[in-house]
Amino acid sequence: MSSQPTNVTNGKPTNVVIAGLGGQGVIKASDILADVAFSAGLDVKKSELHGMSQRGGSVSSDVRFGGHVFSPMVPEGEADYLVVIAPDQVPVNVWMMGQGGVLIEASMIDESTLPNKKSINVALLGMLSRHLPFPVEAWHAAIGRNLPEKLLEVNLRAFSIGQASGQGVEREG
Amino acid sequence: MAAYDCGVRLGTGYPGTPSTEILETFEALGGRAQWSPNEKVAMEVAIGVAFAGARAIVTMKHVGLNVAADPLFTAAFTRLDGALVVVSADDPGMASSQNEQDNRRYALAAGVPMLEPSDSQEAYEFTVHAIEISERWQAPVLLRLTTRVCHAKSIVRRGTVAIPPPRAAHFEHDLPSRVMIPAYARPAHPRLRKKLAEMAAWNDEAGPNQLITGSTKLGIITSGVAFLHVREVAPEASVLKIGMTYPLPAERMRAFAASVDRCIVIEEGDPYLVEGARAACITVEGAPEIYRFGELTSARVKRILDKDASPEPKRVAGKMPAFCPGCPHRNVYTALKNLDCIVSGDIGCYSLGALPPFEAMDSMVCMGASIGIGLGLRHSLPPEAAKRVVSIIGDSTFVHSGITGLVEMIYNPPESGHVVVILDNGTTAMTGLQEHPGTGRTLAHTKTGKVVFEELARTLGIRNVYVIDPTAEPERFQQTIQDCLARPELSVVISRHNCLLANRGIREYERCNEQPTD
Repeated sequence: MSSQPTNVTNGKPTNVVIAGLGGQGVIKASDILADVAFSAGLDVKKSELHGMSQRGGSVSSDVRFGGHVFSPMVPEGEADYLVVIAPDQVPVNVWMMGQGGVLIEASMIDESTLPNKKSINVALLGMLSRHLPFPVEAWHAAIGRNLPEKLLEVNLRAFSIGQASGQGVEREG
Repeated sequence: MAAYDCGVRLGTGYPGTPSTEILETFEALGGRAQWSPNEKVAMEVAIGVAFAGARAIVTMKHVGLNVAADPLFTAAFTRLDGALVVVSADDPGMASSQNEQDNRRYALAAGVPMLEPSDSQEAYEFTVHAIEISERWQAPVLLRLTTRVCHAKSIVRRGTVAIPPPRAAHFEHDLPSRVMIPAYARPAHPRLRKKLAEMAAWNDEAGPNQLITGSTKLGIITSGVAFLHVREVAPEASVLKIGMTYPLPAERMRAFAASVDRCIVIEEGDPYLVEGARAACITVEGAPEIYRFGELTSARVKRILDKDASPEPKRVAGKMPAFCPGCPHRNVYTALKNLDCIVSGDIGCYSLGALPPFEAMDSMVCMGASIGIGLGLRHSLPPEAAKRVVSIIGDSTFVHSGITGLVEMIYNPPESGHVVVILDNGTTAMTGLQEHPGTGRTLAHTKTGKVVFEELARTLGIRNVYVIDPTAEPERFQQTIQDCLARPELSVVISRHNCLLANRGIREYERCNEQPTD
């Protein structure tokens, strides 16, 4: 496991896939991530499939950022980070990860420590943040811009709990 | 955002994935936007705006253009005074649609110029171009989007293109250009063809197309989001990205194809550009048939370039959506299943009734089809089966195109009668909780005129009309359906209970609307 944050401005874009089920905050988490990367002055593209997914179906959102990004979709097998909010969605999305990709998923966080279980999406971003070169203040600001004020406190705490919950698991080659 | 910056007078449309967010965003920015009962009406209102010399945008999903095709085809024959931008969002891969039609075919069929942006920035710029083209040639313009252009976010800079100022709305009598009786329509057709020839020449000269000069070994002609995949996978290739895909810039394509050893077309959906190139006697390579289905990805583009037509790896299937816990539709399907009904279904959340555990919807074709198809079944099935047929349709879908079905039912009633169930959950739930004429609130959730389904059904002449809350009274709901099925009469049963996802919003809108507005 590399403890160095990913270098995001050189070469290939950083690829993140966030997956889960409808209603779990997949799109919200990807909005926050895209916002952080945008605030850092990077080119950012994201895209997702939703529609019928509001009714509990699979949802996934691709976020790519770096010096320059072409496609808004993460190429198969090239996700650097796979963030999965619903454990049963890991097998559905694992093929998106490349060798050395890092899996971050909900069971890596002790849900009972969260002030509100619904903020698991933001807690997982906390885990992801350990790999990315964005300062914690930038994350807090992006969370603030994407959530209503009354949910801010709970989500900032969730983010910190996520940060303290480890770095996820690197995929074996 | 482009529509707002261009001073678009009115945005109209009908919600549908992946187009819904456009009008909502336009409204949130301060534009005037409204949901119409269906796409045909939305198109007609927008044509009227353009006849008044103002700028209009009308939005819909790909199948919506089928509904709006009638006014579109003839609007192309007329002379607009303002601008008309028709946004049609295709859904390759059918994440949330009933078919995979490629709406680029409409541009060709209707003789309507078409632009295809590939990302959010181009969606902005091409909307401005569409307005310019529409005003210059006094013709409607199709802005064709796909899922990964719509449900994508990338950085948009304003001010990258000059925006011509809008003109004031006005009306000029010009009967021969707008009254499409045969005598006026006959000269209109060659006029349209002449416009298209001018546009084709302009597209060759100055259209929003992009040439990337790379290796002469490989040249790729592409459009839309496929361009981005191409740049990802083959950064060394020469690329001709076509921004205006009808009428095609044939001479640019010809020159490009001649400048490279191998010229291949990469496009999402039908082989539209391939056929266009070949019709102009330009030799290009197309993709194997398997890539016509579903979305393109970088990996699939790579396979096309490698001429790999072998079966693609199967992926673990995602989880299917299901009715929310406590959804009012659940009790409706329980009743229909208990009564062993033959269910002619329709399009909305309640289409999920076709999936386990209910598997209680027998057909679904297009918006509003439940009533007509149910009547056809009633007319032709043997009596024992005919009397088990029920048509089931949502509130927004009923307004969209179920009302004419109800008129058909009164005019040509089956011998066994018929039962129509309107699922009124107070919102257009499936597309993300949009208002419709049955809610009595506008796109911006303010109070307006309301279509009351039970009054409408009674006025049309249906005597058996019931309104029941299936959540509060599931037994009464089932009993009512059973009684209606037993009678050779026409019945409408309105299942009324707010969508649980919408309920909080609905209560809030009602509270705001009740407050006096000094």
